[in-house]
Amino acid sequence: MRVALFITCVNDTLFPGTGQAVVTLLRRLGCDVEFPQAQTCCGQMHVNTGYPEEGRLLARHFVDVFAEYDAVVAPSGSCAAMVREQYPRLTRATAPAAVPAAGTSADATVAGVAPAGRVRVPSSGGPVSFADEVAALTPKVYDLSEFLIDVLGVTDVGAYFPHRVTYHPTCHSLRGLHLGDRPTRLLEQVRGLELVPLPGADECCGFGGTFAVKNPAISAAMCGDKVHNVVSTRAEVLCAADNSCLMHIGGTLKRQRTGVRIMHLAEILAATEVTR
Amino acid sequence: MSGGNNTFLGMPAFPENAAAAVQNSQLRFNLRKATHTIRGKRAGVVAELPDWMELRQAGKEIKDHTLRNLERYLLQLEEAVTEAGGHVHWAADADEANRIVADLVKATGETSVVKVKSIATQEIGLNEALQAEGITAYETDLAELIVQLGDDWPSHILVPAIHRNRSEIREIFQDKMADWGRAAPEGLTDEPSALAEAARLHLRERFLSTKVAVSGANFMIAETGTLVILESEGNGRMCLTLPETLISVVGIEKLLPSWRDLEVFLQLLPRSSTGERMNPYTSAWTGAVEGQEFHLVLLDNGRTQVLADEVGRQALRCIRCSACLNVCPVYERAGGHSYGSVYPGPIGAILTPQLRGMSSAVDASLPYASTLCGACFEVCPVAIDIPEVLVHLRGKAPHARAERLGMRAAGWVLNRPGRLGRTQRLGSRLRRFVPKRLPGPLSGWTNTRDIPDIPAESFRDWWNRTDGGAR
Amino acid sequence: MSGGAAGPQPGLEPPAEARGRDSRDHRGPQASARSRELILSRIRAAVAGAPDVEITRAYRTSSDLAGVVELFAERVADYRAVVHVADPGEVAGVITSALERRAVTRVVVPDGLPAEWAAGVEAARVAEAVRSGSGAGAVRSVRDEPALSAAELDAVDGVITGCAVGIAETGTIVLDAGAAQGRRALTLVPDYHLCVVRVGQIVAGVPEAVARLDPVRPLTWISGPSATSDIELNRVEGVHGPRTLEVVIVR
Repeated sequence: MRVALFITCVNDTLFPGTGQAVVTLLRRLGCDVEFPQAQTCCGQMHVNTGYPEEGRLLARHFVDVFAEYDAVVAPSGSCAAMVREQYPRLTRATAPAAVPAAGTSADATVAGVAPAGRVRVPSSGGPVSFADEVAALTPKVYDLSEFLIDVLGVTDVGAYFPHRVTYHPTCHSLRGLHLGDRPTRLLEQVRGLELVPLPGADECCGFGGTFAVKNPAISAAMCGDKVHNVVSTRAEVLCAADNSCLMHIGGTLKRQRTGVRIMHLAEILAATEVTR
Repeated sequence: MSGGNNTFLGMPAFPENAAAAVQNSQLRFNLRKATHTIRGKRAGVVAELPDWMELRQAGKEIKDHTLRNLERYLLQLEEAVTEAGGHVHWAADADEANRIVADLVKATGETSVVKVKSIATQEIGLNEALQAEGITAYETDLAELIVQLGDDWPSHILVPAIHRNRSEIREIFQDKMADWGRAAPEGLTDEPSALAEAARLHLRERFLSTKVAVSGANFMIAETGTLVILESEGNGRMCLTLPETLISVVGIEKLLPSWRDLEVFLQLLPRSSTGERMNPYTSAWTGAVEGQEFHLVLLDNGRTQVLADEVGRQALRCIRCSACLNVCPVYERAGGHSYGSVYPGPIGAILTPQLRGMSSAVDASLPYASTLCGACFEVCPVAIDIPEVLVHLRGKAPHARAERLGMRAAGWVLNRPGRLGRTQRLGSRLRRFVPKRLPGPLSGWTNTRDIPDIPAESFRDWWNRTDGGAR
Repeated sequence: MSGGAAGPQPGLEPPAEARGRDSRDHRGPQASARSRELILSRIRAAVAGAPDVEITRAYRTSSDLAGVVELFAERVADYRAVVHVADPGEVAGVITSALERRAVTRVVVPDGLPAEWAAGVEAARVAEAVRSGSGAGAVRSVRDEPALSAAELDAVDGVITGCAVGIAETGTIVLDAGAAQGRRALTLVPDYHLCVVRVGQIVAGVPEAVARLDPVRPLTWISGPSATSDIELNRVEGVHGPRTLEVVIVR
């Protein structure tokens, strides 16, 4: 099985430690993960801010980069949800009125699809639409916890992390990907870790991408309530499976000098007694 | 805060309204208490039904099927209502609906009407239009009464006075009831039961003597011509039963094909709305009954425009339960008035810009009044994917030039791994110079949060330098 | 007096086709007919080419009837209605004591009320009259023949009726203005409603009730006494409808 790491642009740029943790963890579990160098961004920010054309270009690029892999693992709930939930809609919105005639050359441009779009000719013959390519790829895109539990079949990843931790499930992991209790099942198996429930866990932290910039007052109020709940758990570490949300909550935790650290789920799962 | 004709005209954009509202600690307390109360009740009674998801699926499909065949079913409804002795009128827009109702009231010779809570008539500004024709409309729902007496705006679909707590309501009753009819009782306390009793006394004489009533409807049944109204207090029954003339103004999307379809919606709506197994009173009537004259005004007012949008039309499934408001973290903090419309909350954020267009500041900002957290979609009894429609509308919303340029630049960088890598390395080199407080629109972030430290090396550079950690 | 609530909303321009018409044009049947055609043509254009949608009814349309009477009694009582379960021979006595306990002296009795229930009304003796001020004595039955005015209805203390259907799962009683029920206002204006439900009328869930009912008749679904949740979303019983609902289930 060829497994690709989709690092996501936010993790790549701001949280390289999360990516390193995923690599460490998957290798420890016997899974050799590749990093396709051509990858960039899933297009979530553009699409969710109202720029579907720019988003579609990035989606086209994403599909080109990852189509050949058997599994694509992303340490980000919102980016994985973007690919799985929104890519099919992006292809619908531009579905060409007429399917290109058979025999269209591989570099022909599909009317209505982003300029970078092209019709692939698979070995079985006949053209494949962007929608078909997306439909083939999306089931292979996993959030890290899904990949560990559903594909690799492990919940005890051999981690050791002797700290009091609370877990914020994040909206897209919870309601977009329907991860359910997978992340907490993984955390419960970590030796030394004390998992404390977070009050109001399923409520949004107020990040919402550009929402935090466009509606700063409401975003700050939501984050303030989230931070209040985090602090009430007396946890040392706030964990989540999405660094965007963690960056938002962590920014307030730090500004308020609460002393609570933020850590991505992958970083906790990668920790062992050796690494301590 | 003032009511009246220009209530929402010239309203600032959502972020400004919300920023002011979130500072009002009394409002935040009232909203939090109320939304969390009903959220819990709803979750309890929904969990009781083993087939909730099947009901939700059927509700969605019945509505979609109806919308697809709307012409046929409206004609069937018209025929059935007419056959049952009712009169059907068609109103393309608000002005026309208001004129039809005013003319019907005038024809009775009356100068006042009692009203059952109806958002459709608020949408078209019926009360103000009637006032201009010398007709006084008396709201009879307790919350609508609070809003009317307080010269206020509704802020919630189910509980229009949700922003008011008991002591504020007591004050409004004491100060204003006498202007509209029977004064509040002496020594009125702020006990909810005492306030409800005051409303009962204030409105009783009005119910017994007013000859014309105006209502909306929750459902219309094409097959039989039946209209259905769900309510709690009995004010609806008073209006539907006692007056000699009943005029119902109903949006064309309120249609259901068959009588049987009610078996789905009479389960979905009460549990989603008030969080009860069933609301205290549901009335169903077909045409002119018990000697009453009955007029049905079918209202378009932008609905066909919504119907024409393949993604956005799902908003017309809405049965106005308000479950999406009660779970929305943005609504809970911004309050209903921030949305500048009689349709607040998540459903308002997708319905208002579609009904009114996005030419005003507030309407253009509504698709952005959400973090896309998805809580609204999860509770919606007819599975309206509100986040999907929000994103769709954002794609059609006007964008500021600076944002457009920024997004284009970001797209240019992100579209090529080489450009992204070079930008990351530039950022790492300059990371010591990133200020703690960012300028311009980004200051909204750094006012309350620290920005993360930029790492010395991006992931891709680490991977290349170490060959994926092997070196 | 100033109008409250919302005015016409900004940005809601009349559609292009409607603009430029004389405002008086809207009046009368011709204008309505024109708008009818306009709306229908907009609908046709809006949904042209859209696929139709099949309706799947995978939800429960009937349920096991075991324990349905107990469930009905429990769910009606949940709304803080007063509930009795009686054998047929006990109904008159239950009615008599209910009226006496409530000190109800004038009771509306609709057409078609079974003789034994009416006898229960006649047997009631109330020590102190509430509204009629007539002192101690027999409870008086009031007939809706000729039809009582709203003011006359407001002057009675209560009403006794049967019903068309009872729904166990939701604790709902449905009246269809048929025999022993009367027109809708009878169970609305008086402050007290005593409703007798036969077990054979009780169904398990909403779908069974909808199937039993005839929409041509005016229907009133009643779930507990009148109530409001408009003040801080706390439920308060008793607003405009009857503030007390008392239910007798006849085995």
